[in-house]
Amino acid sequence: MIYTELQGFYTKKEIALTTEEEPVWIARDLSRCSGCRKCEIACSLFHENRIWPEASRIRVFMLVPGVEFPHFCAQCKEYPCVKSCPTEALSISRKTNAVLVDEEKCVACGNCIDACPGKVPHMHPTKNYILICDLCGGDPECVKVCREGGWNVLETVPRKDFTYSLYARTPEEITRDLAVKLYGESGEEFL
Amino acid sequence: MIFGYAGKFLEVDLSEEKIREVRFEDDLLKEYIGGRGLATKILWDRLGSRWETVDPLGPENILLFLTGPLTGFYPGARICVSGKSPQSNGVVGSTVAGEFGVELKCAGYDGVIVTGEAEKPAYLFIKDSDVEIRDASHVWGKDAKQTVRLLTKECRGLLKSRFPLYGEWKEPSILYIGPAGENRVRTAVVAAKWAHAAGYGGYGAVMGSKGLKAIAVKGTGPLPEVANMKKVKWLTQAVCEDIYEDELWRRWGTGSAGYTVGAKTSSEPVRNWQEEWHDEKSYGVDQFENRVWIKPYWGDFGCPTTCLEIAMVKTGKFKGAITDDPDYELQAYLGPNLGIFTPEENVFLASLVDDLGLCGIQTGNVLGFAAELFQRGILTKEDLDGLEPKWGDAEAFAELARKIAFREGIGNLLAEGTYRAALRIGEMKNVDVLQYAVQSKGIGIGAHGIRSGKDYTTNISYACSVQGGDHTSVASLPLNDSGELIMIFHDSAVYCFFNIFGIPRKLKFKFYKAVTGLRLTQKEWCNTKALRILQLQRTMLLLGGPDFEWNPKIHDDNPPRFYTPLPSGPYKRKTVNKRRFEEKKKKYYKAAEWDENGVPNSKILRKLGLEDADKTLEKLRH
Repeated sequence: MIYTELQGFYTKKEIALTTEEEPVWIARDLSRCSGCRKCEIACSLFHENRIWPEASRIRVFMLVPGVEFPHFCAQCKEYPCVKSCPTEALSISRKTNAVLVDEEKCVACGNCIDACPGKVPHMHPTKNYILICDLCGGDPECVKVCREGGWNVLETVPRKDFTYSLYARTPEEITRDLAVKLYGESGEEFL
Repeated sequence: MIFGYAGKFLEVDLSEEKIREVRFEDDLLKEYIGGRGLATKILWDRLGSRWETVDPLGPENILLFLTGPLTGFYPGARICVSGKSPQSNGVVGSTVAGEFGVELKCAGYDGVIVTGEAEKPAYLFIKDSDVEIRDASHVWGKDAKQTVRLLTKECRGLLKSRFPLYGEWKEPSILYIGPAGENRVRTAVVAAKWAHAAGYGGYGAVMGSKGLKAIAVKGTGPLPEVANMKKVKWLTQAVCEDIYEDELWRRWGTGSAGYTVGAKTSSEPVRNWQEEWHDEKSYGVDQFENRVWIKPYWGDFGCPTTCLEIAMVKTGKFKGAITDDPDYELQAYLGPNLGIFTPEENVFLASLVDDLGLCGIQTGNVLGFAAELFQRGILTKEDLDGLEPKWGDAEAFAELARKIAFREGIGNLLAEGTYRAALRIGEMKNVDVLQYAVQSKGIGIGAHGIRSGKDYTTNISYACSVQGGDHTSVASLPLNDSGELIMIFHDSAVYCFFNIFGIPRKLKFKFYKAVTGLRLTQKEWCNTKALRILQLQRTMLLLGGPDFEWNPKIHDDNPPRFYTPLPSGPYKRKTVNKRRFEEKKKKYYKAAEWDENGVPNSKILRKLGLEDADKTLEKLRH
């Protein structure tokens, strides 16, 4: 049903989903994050061929020291960002279910940021379009470096029928939760 | 322009409230690299001719925050803080981990040069090329956690209101001082992220003397272009793969050493170095792990080691105290050195010095010194404002640390650091208390003793170092193998030297080439560039002033305590042999090309193009 509802938003450039390639979701165990920011480095190297933390599609927030965590797209089943786009710059990848940004069409209006329950998308720092995780085409670089280092904050799992939108939360909301989990009641004072 | 550099530096005159961009010639950057090396050069060029008269805590001092070409590229980012040191009256390249250097380079700057003195408390906010001096009255007096909280909120608010369409803003990176720095306490740090600090040198006091509470920076650009990105990626991978195999630092950081350096190598300060051995299993790493570590690994930008842990006391008297591991230095200095052997008390004291903006090492050193004077009846309860700092009394030490940070009563004296406090107390009491001061060149000695001979340090490590008691940059022989000259590379290219263990020595120079495009060999580095930096640091250290100068014949020596035999442990009775020390010192002088009085030779200075240093040192040669 959801597929039907979203049909119009699927990207037209890609060939239909093949059976071998199951779409993935990046599961996230945020309180394990060491704050090494290797995910930012890997992401920006992959997408920009530069080390460029602000142009990374996954960003590590540290609003409270010790409470570092990666903030990135959760691929909500409802894709409110895609629906909010006035120029059809955003579409859903048939192959990965990731949100794809058409850099030509995007006018950097910021509607998608407002529509996202987690305020996840952010502008490219020097170009006129929005940045959203595209899952690197299905084999995300951030997951590789995180697992290599043994921190295992990020893990690719098969995408199932789950309410992933629960993970689309703002940096402040996530910080509050993690700070309290880590520091107990004093966690609330630090924000 | 050389690859790996942003290409310009920010110069901020706080007296005139003027901000400008400055550039250095490529040739200069090739010689002095960045961080510690460049700091030495800038300070020499600008202050060298009147070094002895420059008050480190006066407006004429220059406070430097410098990255290096490898910052952000070599795994484990740091920033180097420097200036004329209010501890040694020389130059210390003091580095602190975190994202500050990366943010700064992404904002387009290789460093910040701060001069003058603000009329009222200020902080600097850098957003790319938008730089402003902002009022810091509302955070002046605030402790570390409050400062970080308020400035993070304020700066994110500014970014959000100025760039409403950007989306959520990540926090800027902040370097700050606590109350201790504001009060010009000589053992104050420039800190980051609650628990990280550039400690050696006392630059928190310099920052405080300038009325500068913090610098917050958000850079939205990429790190500078490198010469060969493919190589940089490959070398990064090579470093990381090796480090990932490393069990010790990854699992425990230096947090296992609070027990082992005492029990095994017998080189840990215990009760102000009266002993260097303990076998207190209550201080085992398992106790830290099971009782206070709430986050098993904590790291900074690009770090594969993540040697830190977050520690918090969850119950009891010290409930709510938060710090990192503590790392070995703070475990030792705010633990056994004060007769303290429980993780909770140690975390409590480390958290307190973090909050106050004090250096855990230097403060632990001066607290231990005061406690020994109390033990010996030299300082009395009356002298100590009614406090009785008995070994193991964490609360008494906490109160004393607080007094130091606010320069209250006896704290005002101890805030001068161990050496200066010893001089004053000696005069006051007419007793030689320098024999209880475990320091070198005004800098409290790092927590790695030399008497057992089982640690990495040796009899000349501190005595001959241009950074005094610093346990990271230690003097060693052969000169061009692994000692200070190599440390000068890490601290000038500016990355964390904890990510070099087990890594082939040549790799750092390959990394330097991949980033900058410039070929550099260890031989070339040690024989010319690093040696030049060392000679300049030595020159400024010997010039000293304005409160005193070092005489190498007296002060290129170990603290008296290191010549008394170890009273306990597996290396009982071992000590430093004065004759052997003198012999090795001679060898070191020879290798460093210093004359018998410890002054750099004319010949080497001229060979290195340091004619002006040679001329200046002429007065010390007789």
